[in-house]
Amino acid sequence: MEQVIKTVFPIVVLFAGATVAFGAVMGVVAYTVLAERKVLGWLQGRIGPNRVGPWGVLQPFADLFKFIFKEDIAPDKSTKFVYYLAPIVAVTAALIPMVVYPFGPPIISVDWSFLPFGLGEGISRLPLVLAQIDVGVLFVLGVTSVGVYGIALAGWSSNSKYSLMGGLRSSAQMISYELAMGASVLGVVMLSGSLNLSDIICAQIYSPYKWFIIPQFIGFLVFLISAFAETNRVPFDLPEAETELVAGFHTEYSALKFALFFMAEYVNMFTVSVMCVTLFLGGWYVPGLSHIFQFGTIPYALISVGAFFLKIFLFLFLYIWIRGTLPRFRFDQLMSFGWKFLLPVAIANVILTIVAIWAWNVMGWSQAVPCSN
Amino acid sequence: MSVATENLTGQVDILDQPLESQMTISMGPQHPSTHGVLRLELVLDGELVVKTVPDIGYLHTGMEKLFEYKKYQQGIVITDRMDYLNPLGNNLAYVMAAEKLLQLEIPERAQVIRVMMCELQRIASHMVWLGTHCLDIGAMSAFFYCFRQREKILNLIEAVSGGRLTPSYFRIGGLMMDLPAGFERRVKQFLDDFPAALEELTTLVSDNTLWQSRTKGIGIISPEDAIDWGLTGPCLRGSGIDLDLRRHNPYSGYETYDFEVCVELDCDVWARFRVRMREMFESYKIIRQTVDRLKPGPTKADAPKVVLPDRDDMRKHMDSLIHHFLIVAEGFNVPPGEVYHAIEASKGELGVYMKSNGGPKPERVHFRGPSFVNLAALPVMAEGEMVADVVAIIGSLDIVLGEIDR
Repeated sequence: MEQVIKTVFPIVVLFAGATVAFGAVMGVVAYTVLAERKVLGWLQGRIGPNRVGPWGVLQPFADLFKFIFKEDIAPDKSTKFVYYLAPIVAVTAALIPMVVYPFGPPIISVDWSFLPFGLGEGISRLPLVLAQIDVGVLFVLGVTSVGVYGIALAGWSSNSKYSLMGGLRSSAQMISYELAMGASVLGVVMLSGSLNLSDIICAQIYSPYKWFIIPQFIGFLVFLISAFAETNRVPFDLPEAETELVAGFHTEYSALKFALFFMAEYVNMFTVSVMCVTLFLGGWYVPGLSHIFQFGTIPYALISVGAFFLKIFLFLFLYIWIRGTLPRFRFDQLMSFGWKFLLPVAIANVILTIVAIWAWNVMGWSQAVPCSN
Repeated sequence: MSVATENLTGQVDILDQPLESQMTISMGPQHPSTHGVLRLELVLDGELVVKTVPDIGYLHTGMEKLFEYKKYQQGIVITDRMDYLNPLGNNLAYVMAAEKLLQLEIPERAQVIRVMMCELQRIASHMVWLGTHCLDIGAMSAFFYCFRQREKILNLIEAVSGGRLTPSYFRIGGLMMDLPAGFERRVKQFLDDFPAALEELTTLVSDNTLWQSRTKGIGIISPEDAIDWGLTGPCLRGSGIDLDLRRHNPYSGYETYDFEVCVELDCDVWARFRVRMREMFESYKIIRQTVDRLKPGPTKADAPKVVLPDRDDMRKHMDSLIHHFLIVAEGFNVPPGEVYHAIEASKGELGVYMKSNGGPKPERVHFRGPSFVNLAALPVMAEGEMVADVVAIIGSLDIVLGEIDR
């Protein structure tokens, strides 16, 4: 019996952690939608939704129920299997990177020995991450790229010309920005010497600049611009440019299938915000917090998690702000912008970083202290 | 393929195109950015437009025929519904054509008020154009800022006429009624706020590099082509032709106002955009001048058989009552003849051809809608551009389907 509990317990903890993380992400996503409508309302001299619940706080749920109860339509001549698969691919690919989000610092001050059956034995730290993957950065970049398949497949399988053009545009868009995005991350990876997201945060703590946005400002800008393209947001919302392609790739989608695409877009926004924060803004790290609270204690962890989400909200707000301000790029402009401007800049940044690190070593100055989780 | 479909695709035969490279896409009539119920048949090569065929008629309501069954003064109401963004301009064109036939002399105050209201309406119309143009290119917020300004003008129009979209304010021989009390103050208030609002929109839209890169160098139509295709209004002036009926064929006393005819030489969407942006400021200048010129006086011509008498007059004078009864019940006879009168509406030359056979109803009324003629040049502008540009070009033409289909 004891043996069974001991075997099952870590799995239960992992599932509980996954549930909490999923809940947190979905909550943020739901309220990003509301915040978007509210903030856009303010920007445009309107009020925004304020009917459902006080101040409109229940609006996301009203929207969700509406989507659930809508008729589920599939076009007659669509390729049914792919048509149904596409939103699933999109939302799954958007949600998977959740496992490597570094939500906060590990909690090491708690003594877990009070747990029955000796479950707490040997556990000294509780990491606020679901999985420590040593290639976390690559994992996130790779999995989010799969999301484009969802869009491209949706566009192709709908058997609508507008959808097809939306799908084509998203494929073209992906190859234009993905390289620049990858190159912009390289600088951070070189500075921290790791692809593990937790290690990158740790490297920023020990780095003299605290946040990599300072030495990697160009990389940050390139990453940010690519992130807008990655998430199909204004000014890069070409695949769903509603005034040109009606609704682009999701023209023929209704009910919950459309909701899944919608959700995928916002989860992607959250993901790239997490990446921005983790790579360039120190993740959960708040400079100087360790002077007030001991690292590894619960208050330290809580404040760090709060700071992490606060930084993410900053980026989400930026997304909404830009959406309310800028017009849309044209298809060919995005391509030439991605290939002729972003990519050279990102590569120049990589070279610059290499030279700087080399000079740093030649001068004999200390390197960032390598971290292990 | 049914006979009906064959006729529809008449000009672009899908079967003739090799399937691999070209795609025919039907844009509209229920498309977010075709400004109403315009349908475009686009032949695309990838994202490039090979051919554009505008397909109109989805909003056809037989208005021109309707005029023949209505008395002259009843026709004013129909004109409101044509270019519903510029109803006062339509009113003006129509009543001035009838006035030309009747050879009426319009009092000074009525002329000034007509100019003032028309210029207000021009700003309102351009505001809708700017808002929807921005929306087409993806800038969302400018739309709301534009409509906020338009709302103020609609409130002013509502104050004088009681209607917002369909004011029918101008009458044959003058105005429906004089301006309400305190109207000058409200116009001045609007004028005081307007330059700042225009400045805000300029900062948000014109100065935006992204906006410029989306509008510059696309939808080019050369000055020669522009004349050949009969473009008028901002579309023509955007191609560098200095033609504004307010200046070159003045009516309602426009020759006495100090304003500039805005001409841009670039021939592209950006030029047409600039023309309209500058025109709004010129309209603002004209309205300023009209406010200064408002002097008390009659607002109706001295033609008792044509112009409805005041209610007060009717209660006191038998002849006024008789005139009122006759005008309402039988209408007034217009001397036989035919006339063409054109004004500079917000979208271009709005011409009215009116033929009278001497009775109370016109024999024929034809409108030369600027939107209709301007739209005809779309295939020239759109050829070789991308799909996204087609939307921008439609926006730069500033079409209203109510006027195109009539």
